Amino acid sequence: MVGIVTYGSYVPLYRIKTAEIARIWGDEPSHPEKGLGIKSKTVPAYDEDAATIAVEALRNALRRKNIPGERIGAIFVGSESHPYAVKPTASLIAEVVGAYNAHAADLEFACKAGTAAMQNVYAMVKAGMIDYGIAIGTDTSQGQPGDALDYSASAGGTAYIIGKDEVIAEINHTISFVTDTPDFWRREGQRYPSHGGRFTGEPAYFKHVMTAAKRLMEEMGTGPKDYDYAVFHQPNGKFPLRVGKRLGFTKEQIEQGLLTPYIGNTYSGATPTGLSAVLDVAKPGDRIIAVSFGSGAGSDAFDITVTDEIEKFNRDAAPKIWDQIKRAKYIDYAQYLKFRRMIVEVD
Amino acid sequence: MVVPRFWRERRYRYSLIGTRCPVCGTVYFPPRNVCPKCGRESVGKMEEFQLSGKGEVYSYTVVHQNVLGYKYQKPYVMAIVQTPEGPRITGQIVDIDPEEVHIGMPVRAVFRRIAEDGKAGIIQYGYKFVKDE
Repeated sequence: MVGIVTYGSYVPLYRIKTAEIARIWGDEPSHPEKGLGIKSKTVPAYDEDAATIAVEALRNALRRKNIPGERIGAIFVGSESHPYAVKPTASLIAEVVGAYNAHAADLEFACKAGTAAMQNVYAMVKAGMIDYGIAIGTDTSQGQPGDALDYSASAGGTAYIIGKDEVIAEINHTISFVTDTPDFWRREGQRYPSHGGRFTGEPAYFKHVMTAAKRLMEEMGTGPKDYDYAVFHQPNGKFPLRVGKRLGFTKEQIEQGLLTPYIGNTYSGATPTGLSAVLDVAKPGDRIIAVSFGSGAGSDAFDITVTDEIEKFNRDAAPKIWDQIKRAKYIDYAQYLKFRRMIVEVD
Repeated sequence: MVVPRFWRERRYRYSLIGTRCPVCGTVYFPPRNVCPKCGRESVGKMEEFQLSGKGEVYSYTVVHQNVLGYKYQKPYVMAIVQTPEGPRITGQIVDIDPEEVHIGMPVRAVFRRIAEDGKAGIIQYGYKFVKDE
């Protein structure tokens, strides 16, 4: 059996309300919540980045179940905001956990690099190459100030250790779907990304998430009713509910893992963190479908069954994600600019 | 800080790894190669020791000065943290309003950016502390 052995999430303490962002840019303060379904988003502190978030998420995973560094055979870190353009985040992770014999690499695929990391580790464990591997989705994403993404791009991450012993959630199957769809991009040297506005919806998010979800269920011989929980990539609070409805899932199946209304879009962290919110409450036998989406564009879909092992697993050894969401310190837009290094100073 | 010096200390800074004297049991952080109490007896015998990252505020100060690299964080709190293992560690306390900090406050270590060598140099990571709730 190959699956999740332990997991941990981390979101920064600081938040900004979307109404506060709207106040600065002359938009109606209630619009972002109504239109995007986002009330607030996380903001990394001045001394946080995708690497520090990855370490905190991984340490939460290791608090729940410690896997010694020498048993870790692979480390993949998915992010679109790796602190360095050249120098891996994965080598820092290896040093932190003492995994000196691990195959380590950074991944980037807009918002789906975290699930791509999970698939890579899953494949290596399944192939018998490694006993355990670390997959992390982490980001401190930024939108252009005043752009629609300014309301949603946030920070957070989740770490999974995947292995074949003492598995708390078996990965029954995983598939992907990918096409060359330029819905969102950032050219080399550009500080902020560009996007295709409404083009990010139908031909991008909906097409890829739906195709991947349908094919996964087709290959597994399942339907929406077979799943207790569904996690879809959450660039805003509305798309996951809409795509779920179109696929035949109910709001009740989606709610537990839908975090964007409170923390914004954590990009590579989004689907992995939504899944962690489900694992925080799941019972043995619960079945989960999780489908990510990364612009550019592709989706990874997972069919997961929670095992009896979760009863013995020490979930309370690290803070659960909804408890982290409730612990928040709200800041204003000026502090947000300061934390995000967006104030231009004369050198 | 020059790159090799930071690189040499990375494990201690990332993971709070100190040393323990196997003769008298004293734990040191930052690590020492020789136990000052046991002297020659401890030479070549010091063992690596992983601190728990827990502790409480022994003393603290609030920095209002514009220290290079900390302009965006001021006022910030620097504290001496008493660890249950023995060593007292100096570190920044983050994610807190300075007026909330008090002597005896339980804290735990977190992983943060400590400094950056300009816009093109290396980023130094290490431990800071947050209130342990």
